[in-house]
Amino acid sequence: MKESIALMWRRLPERYKLIGSACENCKTHYFPPRSICPKCRRKGKISRFEYSGEGKVYSFTEISAGPIGFEHQTPYVIAIIELAEGAKCLGQIVDARLADVKIGDPVEGTFRKIQSDDPEGPIHYGFKFRLKK
Amino acid sequence: MQGRKVAIIGVGMTTFGEHWDRGFRDLVVEAGLRAIQDAKLTGEEISAGYVGTMASGALVGQEHAGALIADYMGLNPIPVTRVEGACASGSLALRQGVMAIASGLHDIVVVGGVEKMTDLDTAAVSEILGGAGDQEWELFMGATFPGLYAMMARRHMHEYGTTKEMLSAVSVKNHWNGARNKYAQFQKEITMEDAMTAKMVADPLGLMDCSPITDGAAAVILAPIEKAASYTKKPVEIVASEQASGTLALHSRKSLTSIEAAKIAGAKAYKTAGLTPKDIDVAEVHDCFTIAEIIATEDLGFFKPGESGPAALAGKTRFDAEIAINTSGGLKAAGHPVGATGIKQACEIAWQLRGEGEGTQVKDAKIGLTHNVGGSGATAVVHIYKQGW
Amino acid sequence: MSGIVGYGAYVPKYRIKSETIAEVWGEDPDRIKEGLGILEKAVPAIDEDATTLAVEAARIAMKRAGIPRDSIGALYVGSESHPYAVKPTACAVAQALGAVPNLTAADLEFACKAGTAGIQMCMGMVDSKMIHYGMAIGSDTAQGRPGDALEYSAAAGAAAYIIGPNDESMAILEDTLSYTTDTPDFWRRPKADFPSHGGRFTGPPAYFKHVMGAFYGLMQKMDEKVENYDYFVFHQPNAKFPQAVAKQLKIPKEKLADGLIVPIIGNTYSAASPLGLANVLDKAEPGQRIFMVSFGSGAGSDAFSIKVTDKIKNRDRAYPLSKFINEKEYLSYAIYSKLKGNYKGM
Repeated sequence: MKESIALMWRRLPERYKLIGSACENCKTHYFPPRSICPKCRRKGKISRFEYSGEGKVYSFTEISAGPIGFEHQTPYVIAIIELAEGAKCLGQIVDARLADVKIGDPVEGTFRKIQSDDPEGPIHYGFKFRLKK
Repeated sequence: MQGRKVAIIGVGMTTFGEHWDRGFRDLVVEAGLRAIQDAKLTGEEISAGYVGTMASGALVGQEHAGALIADYMGLNPIPVTRVEGACASGSLALRQGVMAIASGLHDIVVVGGVEKMTDLDTAAVSEILGGAGDQEWELFMGATFPGLYAMMARRHMHEYGTTKEMLSAVSVKNHWNGARNKYAQFQKEITMEDAMTAKMVADPLGLMDCSPITDGAAAVILAPIEKAASYTKKPVEIVASEQASGTLALHSRKSLTSIEAAKIAGAKAYKTAGLTPKDIDVAEVHDCFTIAEIIATEDLGFFKPGESGPAALAGKTRFDAEIAINTSGGLKAAGHPVGATGIKQACEIAWQLRGEGEGTQVKDAKIGLTHNVGGSGATAVVHIYKQGW
Repeated sequence: MSGIVGYGAYVPKYRIKSETIAEVWGEDPDRIKEGLGILEKAVPAIDEDATTLAVEAARIAMKRAGIPRDSIGALYVGSESHPYAVKPTACAVAQALGAVPNLTAADLEFACKAGTAGIQMCMGMVDSKMIHYGMAIGSDTAQGRPGDALEYSAAAGAAAYIIGPNDESMAILEDTLSYTTDTPDFWRRPKADFPSHGGRFTGPPAYFKHVMGAFYGLMQKMDEKVENYDYFVFHQPNAKFPQAVAKQLKIPKEKLADGLIVPIIGNTYSAASPLGLANVLDKAEPGQRIFMVSFGSGAGSDAFSIKVTDKIKNRDRAYPLSKFINEKEYLSYAIYSKLKGNYKGM
């Protein structure tokens, strides 16, 4: 979906730096950021938390039919990553095809274009993951 | 269930498919009139309506669907309310109707579900359906709904050894059922080879693992059970109506091999009805993708985790086997007009319990269940039905 | 005096061989390989641009420097392929590093030498104590017109240098000198997808005149000679030009070898000499000296005299340039064209 400039800008620090949140009370990590800890509710104390980008592949697939804005990127691999610090998040695995990836493979964070199909529109950048060799 | 007992006294639906010549309001009016006719109502008895539609605004530019339907069904000035919970919108509407009657607020209620999807091209529709997931953190990153379910499938394969063949068996069985359903979008059987070799959409899910884009509408008429007998000889009692919520984003779930919200809604429904999975004769479950049927039949306790795939492959979910799953053809073969699906499931169960299941009639079907899921599992609704006569 | 506190280098994973391109245009692949001295070049993935390359290199540089990210006082990105005509690449890089908001940032353009121009700007700001650390990046996803000689060389890569006080540096920037004239050897007008160039005119009056000018200028200024340096790094639009310079200056081949990576990654434009320097720093020992001369069409050259310090021994070795050079995947011309967006309707 084409995001408005304001939405893109609002999420930009989190997408550039993989920022989620952590509850100081129960030590649970979340991604994306939340303002309430679902476990502790009123007792929770949520603060922003920056992930390292290190993690492991929890599950993955290769997208053959890309949605609007991704038509020219196919085929590309998306994965759910178990981040080293706790939470899981969804992102693309760059420079890889389906056969290159296995559940459990270690990954590191990288910074890529997410969407940029409109030649006169803004370029959306953000985190993706790269298999660690 | 607390409050007054509720029964379905009439059902009706349009055929599911590509209705090039009919729009949103035409579809919902046809389904509604058929249900009213089935219940032998004049229409004046109805005191409220609920309608489920996921994305009429995005798909056909029409919001305010409740008022539109009240108007075109000739129901003005009774209140008609639109309910939205992505692909579970239909069942959510049904649950509102059940609550309205159980509470004593209304007597005769019409509940509809509708989606008009083919006015836009596939890419645009996929993008709109993507709104059922986490737009900012899943779809923005390039995920698609087939992609999300593909990651559930891969994890299921990893943890339980489920195979592509098992997924294909679900598709083949649902197409076999769909071929015997005059309302189905695909009234055509397929072979294992068709399913196994279909074009890949998001590995391991191919085209034959995915439900299609569909136009359609379905409606049911609800009444308190004590009044039902005056309209029909075969009222279908709703003995449980439960709903649960889970995280919007798939990556926030503890497990990808089960939909927690569906498990909770199912367990609550069995408890409310005083029944167990073994008591269910026929179930319509939310097979937006083949893996979703595998997971659903585990979440609902028909099979243990990891045993649904082998069960599907062994034919245990055919209409004449251990537990009849998706006798309508499911979302895969009957089609998936998103907001209509939950109500279509209720129609199919009503027909089965009334003995009108035609080519896939389950023998001595007395108790049925519907399982309707929104998005990748953030909303789940389970209803249990039994013969009310 | 200032020096290099940290550095990072990045080259995309994809490569296309010169013979793959030659086959499309009916050229003799051996003549191309011998003529240009380029065997293959680095190609950016479909989701890479000068900004993402710069971020990759900058993050490695930050890790190597081990300095707080809010301590960067200036950030300059030199490129001839900035993704926006208006909107600084440097801002996105600074945000991705977490170096915002208390820093000055700007984009530079000077064909292939915008990266070294940034190093000079940081040197001046550090020396004058305007800032404590500054980052200069050369990053490019260069475009060559299909069928043009540039198609064999125009490559992608990035190198980032953190400039700071010399007592914190792993290599001291002893001195620098530039040689600049108005020379129309290579250009790209606004809205043009591909650059134009003067063919053989890019040689003697452009590359050689400016590289030699800066070389002799700095050597004379410092009263130095070739024998006193262990490594030489020259701008490398192809392998032939820097080799010809080295031959003329009587620089032994082995002193040129580590800084000459164009044969296996192509011409990475603003990143070309900075990447050559990074490859040298990856293996340099304390006390060794490096002489670098960049070149940018238009035209100008920046010469640097660099002395490696003891601190080089503690450099983080997790991401040497060779890691990115060696992890590669070859492309067909069809897929290459897709990644470059050369198909109509994309």
